Amino acid sequence: MEILGLWLAGFFTLSLFSFLYKDNPFYGLAEHVFAGLSAGYEVGLVYHSVILQQLVDPISQHWVNAAAGDHPGFHIMKIGFLLFAGALGMLMFTRFFPKASWISRYPLAFVMGNTAGIYLMSELHGRLIPQIAGTFVNLLNPLNLIIFFGVLTTLTYFYFSKEHTGVLGGSARVGIWFIMIAFGAHFGYTVMGRISLLIGQVQFILIDWLKLVKPG
Amino acid sequence: MKTKLPIAIAFLSGLAMIAVFILNPEKVGDMEGELLQWTTVIGGFTLLLGVVSIVRVNWRPVVRRETGWLNNAALLLSVAVMAIPSVLPVSWSPLFGTDGGSIYDWFFINLSAPMMATMFAMLAFYVASAAFRAFRARNAEATLLLLTATIVMLWRVPVGEGIFVAIHPKLPNLINTYVMGGVNVAVQRGIIIGAALGAAATSLRIMLGIERTYMGKT
Repeated sequence: MEILGLWLAGFFTLSLFSFLYKDNPFYGLAEHVFAGLSAGYEVGLVYHSVILQQLVDPISQHWVNAAAGDHPGFHIMKIGFLLFAGALGMLMFTRFFPKASWISRYPLAFVMGNTAGIYLMSELHGRLIPQIAGTFVNLLNPLNLIIFFGVLTTLTYFYFSKEHTGVLGGSARVGIWFIMIAFGAHFGYTVMGRISLLIGQVQFILIDWLKLVKPG
Repeated sequence: MKTKLPIAIAFLSGLAMIAVFILNPEKVGDMEGELLQWTTVIGGFTLLLGVVSIVRVNWRPVVRRETGWLNNAALLLSVAVMAIPSVLPVSWSPLFGTDGGSIYDWFFINLSAPMMATMFAMLAFYVASAAFRAFRARNAEATLLLLTATIVMLWRVPVGEGIFVAIHPKLPNLINTYVMGGVNVAVQRGIIIGAALGAAATSLRIMLGIERTYMGKT
């Protein structure tokens, strides 16, 4: 099984890399297999971490507790809540029936509203305020001063409600310099990350699979 | 019923989460946990909806023997070999479920993981190709970007670090402190502040029913 896995991994790795030359049937096959495996992976993940852990297991536990006479009213209510959540989730499948697809808006609206409520508070309280507070620290330190001016000028560059002239224009101009340096640094980091992945895959083909090179 | 009720649901569920945040947890009990559990459950079903959808989309070409149907069949087979054993009880066979040594795990380690790594590794070529076309030192800003990217890429490999150390022993440390920990942090912070304000504004728009594109055509 280990050798079969090695050959399958090698075959599909080369098939995917073949796209660098041009689109071809091997790439098409590998692309479809990858999409299928990813979808299958989701099924396993959702089944175990959501359906079982969040729905079936808690319902069973509450059922056992209710049957044992331990606050049965509370446990029955909890079961009701969980069944309601499951029913809301099932409503998503009305999307497949054009005449009833509008029903899927209910669970979607719940998720959107709930997430919006969480984000509204967490973004302001957990991100905005700490980031501003972290900017206004000891400005006698040169690094803190760079960060302070960087944040200020970056924000002015993204402020489009007033024409970028005068002081605002000057600040925005410095802001774009800061942004370009940061984007360059990010670009460099991303490229190096991808290159290390590429080296890893080439090593896999040459060392693990084809055994053309001995590991150093 | 089709539009107003979903807007009311979005408003109330959002308001509930804000109330949980503001009010004393003792007064609202575990409402937050309950609502988050509902969201997780609905999210799980939504992911399954996506899987059912991809199966439906690929089933049709296989049945009708359309051009490239073999690829669609390979996709369906891949979904089946990964999904079916994963939902069968481990008590039937150790090959079922998602634990180490299962069929699900074997396919993930031998196929999914290397293919995922290859897909990301291929981006190196596309990034290099895009950079070759776009990176021209046309003006001061583009030159800054080009220079910083080159310095960071060199800094991340031993030979580049060696060159920097040869120029000045403290140079790699200065790049780390002032480029990555200074300018980069400042811009990230500026972007995070802007994004946080944007996310908060969008959340408010969703709760108030101004933003309703998630409902499709209304």
